[in-house]
Amino acid sequence: MDRFLDISQLSVAFPRAPVPVLREIDLTIRRGEYVAVIGHSGCGKSTLLNVIAGLLPATAGGVVLEGREVEGPGPDRAVVFQNHSLLPWLTCYQNVKLAVDQTLSRTMSRAARHDWVLENLALVRMTHAKDKRPNEISGGMKQRIGIARALAMRPKVLLLDEPFGALDALTRAHLQDQVMEIHAQRGTTVVMITHDVDEAVLLADRIVMLTNGPNARIGEVLEVELPRPRDRLALAADPRFVAARSAVLEFLHARHANPALAAA
Amino acid sequence: MNMLAPKPAAATAALSRPLPAALPRAARLKPVLLQVLPPLLVLAALVGLWEFAASGPGATLPPPSKVWEDARDLIVDPFFDRGGLDKGLFWHLLASLQRVALGFALATVAGVALGLLIGTSDFAMRGLDPLFQVLRTVPPLAWLPLSLAAFREAQPSAIFVIFITSIWPIIINTAVGVRNVPQDYRNVAAVIRLRGPAYFWKILLPAAAPYIFTGLKIGIGLSWLAIIAAEMLIGGVGIGFFIWDAWNSSNLSDIIVALIYVGLVGFALDRLVALAGRLVTHGTAAS
Repeated sequence: MDRFLDISQLSVAFPRAPVPVLREIDLTIRRGEYVAVIGHSGCGKSTLLNVIAGLLPATAGGVVLEGREVEGPGPDRAVVFQNHSLLPWLTCYQNVKLAVDQTLSRTMSRAARHDWVLENLALVRMTHAKDKRPNEISGGMKQRIGIARALAMRPKVLLLDEPFGALDALTRAHLQDQVMEIHAQRGTTVVMITHDVDEAVLLADRIVMLTNGPNARIGEVLEVELPRPRDRLALAADPRFVAARSAVLEFLHARHANPALAAA
Repeated sequence: MNMLAPKPAAATAALSRPLPAALPRAARLKPVLLQVLPPLLVLAALVGLWEFAASGPGATLPPPSKVWEDARDLIVDPFFDRGGLDKGLFWHLLASLQRVALGFALATVAGVALGLLIGTSDFAMRGLDPLFQVLRTVPPLAWLPLSLAAFREAQPSAIFVIFITSIWPIIINTAVGVRNVPQDYRNVAAVIRLRGPAYFWKILLPAAAPYIFTGLKIGIGLSWLAIIAAEMLIGGVGIGFFIWDAWNSSNLSDIIVALIYVGLVGFALDRLVALAGRLVTHGTAAS
């Protein structure tokens, strides 16, 4: 089996916390695969992503990407943050350019980097706003710039941390379609954190369901065997889509109901 | 590759430009009037009240009509120079502004540097912060005798008072700005591996810039407060001593005119620093 991104026996504990957040996570991701990680709030989904990104250290176990252990953050694992994290003093173009200059200056000429920035802005259809600053564009547009910035680093893995969580439903659907297109076009391996069941089923090849934290484990892994390209309208009535959706819902609400809600 | 860009820009310009022109003249003037009218009305009312209150037989202060009569040459011609201290207000203000400019510039350089130091180093923070917290409460004029003793001259002493007055808010705000670089920006920097000087110039300094400008804005205000008081004591050309001199010769009208100028210049300084901040931080200071 293709062990492109290998998470093995990964446990993460925070200092002074008696119970680890994540316990003994084992997950192997193939090259080009789109994996969604889903679970209730506070189950440690984002922690898992941050460990893959190298922003948080693993307490035990580890993450191996293409045979090399992850020891810190790096551009081979580009992150699209939940709150876009664009630098407000730079224009959209400059935000992407900073990442490109920083990560690709050894392999690309100045002119090539400029073209590459524009190509990635065009990919997320943001060429028209390249000279605007983040506070002049909408939330959905900011997130698209964030995606362009991440893709422009030529990452081996694209890490999406609830990228559409703060957006309205229509913008979210639009961006999901764009991410699907980009994934088809570039073939990037994607790990996406989400709490949206429809989003997970629509976008992912595989859905990893986490049990409630602390001490969260992988409860179940669901292969989504829907052909690509996927069309949200056609899928809504597709029995395979409906089955996958209800399987995830079943896991989240019947077997591992939100502890905060259950207590209330 | 750049061919697409001019097109939408031109299109929006063409769309947005005719719109204001289409509005009738009165409708365009209205918002301007709504801005300008209230302060003018309040001003007129206050001047009227002042005139009324200071016109009685027992009044100790001159009414505006008398101020105009007494100090007309001062108001109309701020640029005259009859040698010595007998100069127009422009020259007095210029002398004061030069002192403030020098002292404030030194405070900016030293304050930002110290702020960056205690913002980035825990050791420097623990060592220097208690000292700063005590020293910053010392009133500006309390430094004057000491600096006169040290420099033995009026000019550098006044500049030192400006420096020591305005440096504290600059240090403290810079340090807060450096400590408050959002985790998001740090994460971005970590992912693209920005470190050392590149991190300093591309993330740290721009992220702290809005805070630094807050410090500068407070600092320039304090400088202007302090220079007036310091000049009253050190003498020479300067708006502070001008006021003191006018008091000694019982020239109340001159004092009132000078006060108005001091207020206007202080306001202009504040706006100037705010404008510089907006230009440098591209409006991110507001958000």
